[in-house]
Amino acid sequence: MAESNNQSAETKLSDVHKRIKAAFETFDNAANNTVDVREIGTIIYSLGCFPSQADLHDFIAEVEEDHSGYIHLDRFLPAMTKVLLEHKFPPIPKDLLLQAFEVLDKDNKGYLEPEELTKYMTQEGEPFTQEEMEEMLTGLADHERNVIYYKDVINQLAIDPDM
Amino acid sequence: MVVPSAGTVMGCGVTKSDQFHKHSGKAIRAAVLIQRWYRQYVARTEMRRRYTWHIFQSIEYSGEQAQIKLYNFLGYLMDNFTPSSNERNLISHIFRENDICRDAEWERYFCYKKIEVPEIYSGPHLTFPLTVEQAVGLVEAFRNKKQLHSRYALQLLLETWKLLRMLPNINRISTCHSKEITICGDLHGQLEDLLLIFYKNGMPSLEKPYVFNGDFVDRGKDSIEILLILFAFLLVYPSDVYLNRGNHEDHIVNLRYGFTKEVLTKYKMHGKRILKLLQKIFSWLPLATVIDQKVLVLHGGISDSTDLNLLARLDRHNYISALRPPKKRNQSSASTSMDSDLDEDVWGANRIFQRRASLTFPKPLGARDCFHNRSLQDFSDRIKVNVETELEIRRRRRSAFNAVMKEPETETPTLSFDSVYSDNAKEEWKQILDLLWSDPMAQEGCVPNEVRGGGCYWGPDITEDFLNKHNLQLIIRSHECKQDGYEFCHNRKVLTLFSASNYYDVGSNRGAYVKLGPDLVPYVVQYQASSMIRELTVRQSVGRTERSALKVLREQLFAHKSDLICAFKKFDSENTGVVSLNDWASAVESVMHLDLPWRMLRCQLVTRKTSEGMIDYYDWFNELAIIGPNSDNIDQSLLETLYRHRSTLETIFRIVDTDNSGFITMEDFRQTWKLLSVYLKMEITDEAISDLAVTIDSNQDGSIDIDEFMEAFRLTDKKSRLERGRSMFMGTATDLTKLEGDPNI
Repeated sequence: MAESNNQSAETKLSDVHKRIKAAFETFDNAANNTVDVREIGTIIYSLGCFPSQADLHDFIAEVEEDHSGYIHLDRFLPAMTKVLLEHKFPPIPKDLLLQAFEVLDKDNKGYLEPEELTKYMTQEGEPFTQEEMEEMLTGLADHERNVIYYKDVINQLAIDPDM
Repeated sequence: MVVPSAGTVMGCGVTKSDQFHKHSGKAIRAAVLIQRWYRQYVARTEMRRRYTWHIFQSIEYSGEQAQIKLYNFLGYLMDNFTPSSNERNLISHIFRENDICRDAEWERYFCYKKIEVPEIYSGPHLTFPLTVEQAVGLVEAFRNKKQLHSRYALQLLLETWKLLRMLPNINRISTCHSKEITICGDLHGQLEDLLLIFYKNGMPSLEKPYVFNGDFVDRGKDSIEILLILFAFLLVYPSDVYLNRGNHEDHIVNLRYGFTKEVLTKYKMHGKRILKLLQKIFSWLPLATVIDQKVLVLHGGISDSTDLNLLARLDRHNYISALRPPKKRNQSSASTSMDSDLDEDVWGANRIFQRRASLTFPKPLGARDCFHNRSLQDFSDRIKVNVETELEIRRRRRSAFNAVMKEPETETPTLSFDSVYSDNAKEEWKQILDLLWSDPMAQEGCVPNEVRGGGCYWGPDITEDFLNKHNLQLIIRSHECKQDGYEFCHNRKVLTLFSASNYYDVGSNRGAYVKLGPDLVPYVVQYQASSMIRELTVRQSVGRTERSALKVLREQLFAHKSDLICAFKKFDSENTGVVSLNDWASAVESVMHLDLPWRMLRCQLVTRKTSEGMIDYYDWFNELAIIGPNSDNIDQSLLETLYRHRSTLETIFRIVDTDNSGFITMEDFRQTWKLLSVYLKMEITDEAISDLAVTIDSNQDGSIDIDEFMEAFRLTDKKSRLERGRSMFMGTATDLTKLEGDPNI
């Protein structure tokens, strides 16, 4: 968080609440303090957290209203506050990310072929859907060479300074 | 390298995938990390896209509302000033009715026969009756940036008018003979999109009927070309081309949103006439189309009182502008005469001035009788107070999507009418207004659409009742920009269709059209007109759009500098020059009234923070990096007014410019500022106005070039590499200049 250490715990808490509410409201289409459960991931990510899909499922299980498909701010706010104050899903350091790419880049080429990346992203870990994969390739691949220069990509998609 | 197929992920049997797992636990962990990281990036981008959209939409609707308020204000002035006052003369003509005239007089006025077409003219020549080859040729000509000569334009418009007059209020068409009907939404002068639709779908023909659902003009730079194309095909295939009126087919709206300016610029000599003829044509455009008695196509939407039978019966051509109540026959005028252009006598003793009803906002002051014989200045105090009240009452959408209004707490805006109008007329007017201006909402019920200033927000229950009552199954409407070009709501019973891609900026949204066959299942086709962006997904091009939205926002913030500094000071009682982030957000919202997520935008708008995490607000204005014109001798607050109310000012200029010459006299210039100062409750001295005038070069003695004036006071953004580019927010549509190469995300 960007706030200083001088601020009292109370102010800090109030700031956190305001941030959470602001993000929540962006998806509260009916203006009744609920959001569709499918948007929760986006909200949590946009608050600077990096949960895995499993983390998300657990979180949702905690706060969803009886499988209604909706999540109410009353339950989201305390749960999310805890997440933020405890830094539960911290960001991934750049160097770790670089290492991860280098692991996949077995031949140390400095780039990944789309097929290589696709294989890993859609078959391992928490696999991407076809749509996610297509979007990733469109966004990250160099257009002339059609490969992914991962070092450049990491620098481009820099972490949001506010988080 | 072995590439396992997708099916092996689940690990059925011993497969190559198992070997993969055994050897690359590290690789799996790496993959998981990357997936997590990338999903976070996508989510953040989505968030940015949402609030970028929110910015554009907020400012767009706020502009529409401002236009209506201005119109109401002017109407109010008309009500309450003596006929001979100067101020009233300035603006009276936009309230003047088109008197009912004999056709012969119209034909004479719009006579194109005397207009000669010079040898050097390289555009298309039209002969009537129009053939399909000529219509297609017209499309080609416009594609090649030719302009249709005013002689042919006028002739085309005249023929169109004659045809439109014979059409009913509600077109009824069918998909029999296995015809698929193509329906298009808002085009807003974006010729590229219409060409793209024709390219993908084919041009209108006997086998390919089209419905165009309004808002053909304004904002884009080729509105007149779009109209001419649509009208040409209408003339060639009258049973296969259907046009619905939109809220922008309205000369009052056109004054602000660029169509008027476009026509006058392209047709310097005959533009005025063309605009006049178009006023009539717009009023004769049908209001809605029904397909197979089951699908209703209209521009805006419905309300809880919408009645198709009533709409079918009324005289639609009485509604030149949806913002005005219907014209009444003037009993006292024995001689019918043409409109003000030819009639020198501005306010003859014979005319009875008809009071205009205020549209959405309550009447500012009391009964009209007590205000006779007063001058503008007498009113200014009272008006100041009430404009303020109106501003406080203003309500905003909470969310940019499926907006819903909170319960109106105090004032419910009402349509207030003069007793001169019968209940019938009131009812009819409301019907049309609702049809052209309403938006759907997620919640049930029906409430006035205060954000736009006209029409309603209607809920799913209203849709249900309406469809049952009229035995329909689907409403197709437009009026709202959607990221994917279309959006279903109300249990898929309402479809919003928007055909102007890249509407807010390059990459902001797709356009779409719908094909409807005898099964009446809508088949949506999307597209995006662009030669500039790569094949990015819409979400990925958010960076560019975001930059554009932020530029607009920074300009707005800059224009409110004085008020913002005041607001900051309230949070900074000890005058330290800094405020906290929270206070910054609260202060900004209290001034801007745009209901934007300022806390989220904060990191984009404020990049410098003190070591304690506070914001130095004076420094921040420098950081905004907006340059105004060289204006040392001009009063700061006056300048800010100018930036802030640019569109309103320009609209008033164009109203005042009665002969549509693009110039107004110094005297009218002064009067305009006086009007504006009252409207905005500001004091503007004569000296200040004179200083303003001398900063621009007058082309002629004693008169001011409106365009030059507006250009001299355009704000430029140091940060943005975009040149003039399209700016729908700081004035009327400008040329779409060649933008620089697409920057990276």
